[in-house]
Amino acid sequence: MSGLSVDIHHGLPGFALQARFDTPPQGVTALFGRSGSGKTSVLRAVAGLLRAGEGSIRFNGETWQDGRHFLPTHRRPIGYVFQEASLFPHLSVQQNLQYGWRKVPPGEQRIDYDEAVALLGIAPLLGRDPARLSGGERQRVAIARALLTSPQLLLMDEPLSALDQAARADILPYLEQLHHELALPVLYVSHDLDEIARLADRMVLMEGGRVIASGPVSRLLTDPRLPVAGFDNAGAILEGRISAHDKGFHLTYVACSGNRIAVPLDSREVGAHTRIQIHARDVSIALSAHHDTSILNIVPAVIQALDEDGRSRWLVELVLEDGQTLLAHVTRRSRLALGLEKGMLVYAQIKAVALVR
Amino acid sequence: MNPEWQAVWLTFKLALSTTLILLVLGTPLAWWLARSVSTWKELVGSLVTLPLVLPPTVLGFYLLIALGPEGPIGGLTESLGIGPLAFTFPGLVVGSVIYSLPFVVQPIRNAFEALGDRPLEVAATLRSGPIERFFRIALPLARPGFLSGAILGFAHTVGEFGVVLMIGGNIPGETRVLSVAIYDHVEALEWRQAHWLSGGMVLFGFAVVLIMSLLEKRLRRIGA
Repeated sequence: MSGLSVDIHHGLPGFALQARFDTPPQGVTALFGRSGSGKTSVLRAVAGLLRAGEGSIRFNGETWQDGRHFLPTHRRPIGYVFQEASLFPHLSVQQNLQYGWRKVPPGEQRIDYDEAVALLGIAPLLGRDPARLSGGERQRVAIARALLTSPQLLLMDEPLSALDQAARADILPYLEQLHHELALPVLYVSHDLDEIARLADRMVLMEGGRVIASGPVSRLLTDPRLPVAGFDNAGAILEGRISAHDKGFHLTYVACSGNRIAVPLDSREVGAHTRIQIHARDVSIALSAHHDTSILNIVPAVIQALDEDGRSRWLVELVLEDGQTLLAHVTRRSRLALGLEKGMLVYAQIKAVALVR
Repeated sequence: MNPEWQAVWLTFKLALSTTLILLVLGTPLAWWLARSVSTWKELVGSLVTLPLVLPPTVLGFYLLIALGPEGPIGGLTESLGIGPLAFTFPGLVVGSVIYSLPFVVQPIRNAFEALGDRPLEVAATLRSGPIERFFRIALPLARPGFLSGAILGFAHTVGEFGVVLMIGGNIPGETRVLSVAIYDHVEALEWRQAHWLSGGMVLFGFAVVLIMSLLEKRLRRIGA
């Protein structure tokens, strides 16, 4: 079987890790959970930095761990990006990059040195000392260093969490580009839903050391039965296509689920595939289509599921014409006032939309 | 050679061989002490540190017994045809190695511990096996520790007196090192010679400490 297949049990004092999931051989899979949910331990076990007490880890038909068999980290075809860049302080940026690159025979190099340097935009940094780089620059070098070992699987442990907002915004486009240009499966640990909305295709949801769900991001993010839907920045991801630009109003229109959704002006060409993110807190529900409102995006939808999150707030899952789903947070009072029930046709008023890819 | 220079040369030879032996033996020992999770670790660590708190004469006394013809080490060397080590230069080296052990091992162990797991884990994800990780990552990153260890070990061996006197005695060209020579001059009321040697030691000691702090500062700047 191709792809990654994990089924491990690992006992730690006061904590038991019990993780089982499969990922396809391409695309970005996010390991998501609160801190302490065991996601980093899973990633370390896949890398061989942690030897899980029992269980098995297989990748593309190769066994990395099973019973007494344990393939040490340096024999696994992985790249690993740590939370902190962890560049070797006694080597220059260039020497850091070459450290792993030189160990891969030229015939097996799948990523060109100059290509990796260009992809991460680090050409001007090569001669520098790692101590003289900013946090964002350091992390870009660390990502390039991992890519240069020509990994078959890239493991990333919250690579943006140690960075400030500006450095994060600076590095995200590089990660997206990476996703587009390299056919490299990625396992990405994160506790930031917005980051996952931008980068991931699939997600594995972890809680208390266990995997509680796994599947496509668009499905898991909008499932009201999963804890993610209750997060303040919970939301849906919709796939669409850029249909037109309106420079006068500074808007771009996205054709999505038979609707025309307006987003802030974007530079991508008309026709390009795109992904938009709509936070549940930005969606309100009306029983009829209002035209006397400042809200630009109003789409018809059918209520598929309702779930109370325990804080007198209801999570409403809405299905659009083509089966894509939206999530809305409404108060219990609104739910009663409007008489919202499963199967009702309503209008979702969307206050803010972000083009995330 | 004049007896004063003979003592200086002998001291230098002793300190140098002791330091080299300690770097070779102390590195794996320091690595094990820094990284092992064995329950024996603290026991071995305490044994290594012991010469730091023992009076040199106590150490010298036991070494004298061990190295002498009746002792376990002396018996072994005798049966190998080398003869007992007490009152010989090799005997002095053995004594100095034990006496200066903590001064070399401790800084190296601290440097290895300060490394943490991260750089070694990173190297493993970059396809480095354990031996390469040690030589290309751990050793260069622990360089300041090696420098401190070597300088402290060397200087400390130059300054030893009690152990040397117990197991080496006072044989010119064989075991009569600087500190013993100074003691002799003072006993014989030869103040002039004692002044020359002692003044030289003060300068040497000062130079060692100065060089060490300068080098450490430099290395720290490079490593930062």
